[in-house]
Amino acid sequence: MSAPAKPIFQKPESLRDRPTHYCPGCTHGIAHRLVAEALDDLGLRERAVGVAPVGCSVLAYNYFNCDFQEAAHGRAPALATGIKRGRPDTIVFTYQGDGDLASIGMAEIIHAANRGEKITVVFINNAIYGMTGGQMAPTTLVGQKTTTSPYGRDPEQIGWPIRMAELISTLTAPVYVTRQALYTPQLVRKARKAVREAFRLQAEEKGFTFVELLSTCPTGWGLTPVEALEWGKEKMMDYFPLGEFKKPGEEEGGAK
Amino acid sequence: MTRILMKGAEAVGEAAIKAGCRHFFGYPITPQNEIPEYMSRRLPQVGGTYVQGESEVASINMLFGCAGAGVRVMTSSSSPGISLMQEGISYIAGAELPVVIINMVRGGPGLGGIQPAQSDYFQATRGGGHGDYFTMVLAPATVQEAVELVMDAFDLADKYRNPVLVLGDGIIGQMMEPVEFPEKEPARFEKPWATTGCKGREPNIVKSLLLDPYALEEHNRKLQQKYERMKREDVRVETVDLEGAEVVLCAYGTTSRVCRTAMERLKEKGVRVGLIRPITLFPFPEKTVQALDPKKVKFILTVEMSLGQMVQDVKLFTEGRIPVHFFGRTGGVVPTPQEVVHEVLKHLGKEVEK
Repeated sequence: MSAPAKPIFQKPESLRDRPTHYCPGCTHGIAHRLVAEALDDLGLRERAVGVAPVGCSVLAYNYFNCDFQEAAHGRAPALATGIKRGRPDTIVFTYQGDGDLASIGMAEIIHAANRGEKITVVFINNAIYGMTGGQMAPTTLVGQKTTTSPYGRDPEQIGWPIRMAELISTLTAPVYVTRQALYTPQLVRKARKAVREAFRLQAEEKGFTFVELLSTCPTGWGLTPVEALEWGKEKMMDYFPLGEFKKPGEEEGGAK
Repeated sequence: MTRILMKGAEAVGEAAIKAGCRHFFGYPITPQNEIPEYMSRRLPQVGGTYVQGESEVASINMLFGCAGAGVRVMTSSSSPGISLMQEGISYIAGAELPVVIINMVRGGPGLGGIQPAQSDYFQATRGGGHGDYFTMVLAPATVQEAVELVMDAFDLADKYRNPVLVLGDGIIGQMMEPVEFPEKEPARFEKPWATTGCKGREPNIVKSLLLDPYALEEHNRKLQQKYERMKREDVRVETVDLEGAEVVLCAYGTTSRVCRTAMERLKEKGVRVGLIRPITLFPFPEKTVQALDPKKVKFILTVEMSLGQMVQDVKLFTEGRIPVHFFGRTGGVVPTPQEVVHEVLKHLGKEVEK
């Protein structure tokens, strides 16, 4: 008689068994899974409260299997502040895109970070507004064509793409600030560790944690899913360097 | 029970604490800074949390998060700051969250001035932000009443799962009056919908997004039923000497006190004058206005610190049966009793003293 089969890969408990609305090849699915795995691994699902943004992941609450609030555009860190201050025993995270976090929500993210709110921010940077149909984002690369930068992003007109992880790492309060990418299995494994580390530090009440995940938007970029991963590796990782910009114990700003 | 002399703004803060509020998020703006200052001093003493937000926009969204987590929470601001909060108030109304918001109204539009006004009536009683919703609006006329209404506001917010606005003005906030704090335990409301972590239950979702138009229509109808229930169960109004009145003044908050003084002088002149003082501006005490007898009441004079906002509701609910006149000062100017007397005599066609 053989031993019962032991699964080596299955859906995390922190995700619901439900098809998503995301486009084929979009890396939101991977990012969702990394967050869910971290909650599972650390046993945090039943204490977790997520905050969904406005953007493609506005419906994230349909996919995660934990409590959720849905914020106004850019305000997720303010909601997270209210939740965590009201119920300090919960594990609070925001899941935000680049338009939400780095444009309309710039004040909320910077000040939540600066207050050292004991929350985790998962920042999905794919250099474009996906939900509204591929408009220019604050992180759109120089020369990148979008529906509102049809001739390519011109820094003379609209400035340069904002590097959020570096910006946040100049603040004193945040304890963990990192940028990872979801373009290859190796990179995903490193991103998985980073997301887990952020939630571990929150569970230990260390302070504000920020994980930027370089992602894709095959539909908005006008590329196939495979081409999008290649483009991300080549272009995104060139302008947005990966790394840990701040780790626990580094009280001063980490960006040198 | 002891009576103590207290500034309106500080009394509002203490009333919130007595009502079980332990969380306050806000941003400084004149003329209500004594409220956040009081809360920043008092909340740590009672195990609460005061956070100064980076803006009114952020502060109201902190209220969203905190109320969504099932915790009593309040903010205070003044007119330009309340305008900035309208986005969040709309989302809070949509998500059906109980919050209390204090507006110590100052003159507008724009940056306006910092003197007392009642020119946010439209904004307060018509929802204020986008969408099909109303906030409940309470208008105190004294510091004592501000205390009682702030305490009640938390219960009403929980009863209806709806934002409750306390509409004061710079005078209510700045004035010192004797107050007594009612000794009562904060009411407890079960909040099984709150995001407290999903241990032992299915996940809760707090949101205002309903992409299916039929679902959103159903949701909005449900909100509407709530507003209708407010009209049935929680209209508050004070009436003075309506019996036999030939002239009825209508005023709320600070201007109602101006009217009370004017009434004394009018009575000395033999004018039979009464007063309707709405305490809830939404729901408006429409039945009180409708019940006035056109055969006895010559006209209604609405007095406001604006150029005519509540007067539209008075006209709406009078339905043309009784003439409605208006007198108001604006920009931070407070009407005087003498001006009100003058207006009444003018409309009565009597000799007006110069």
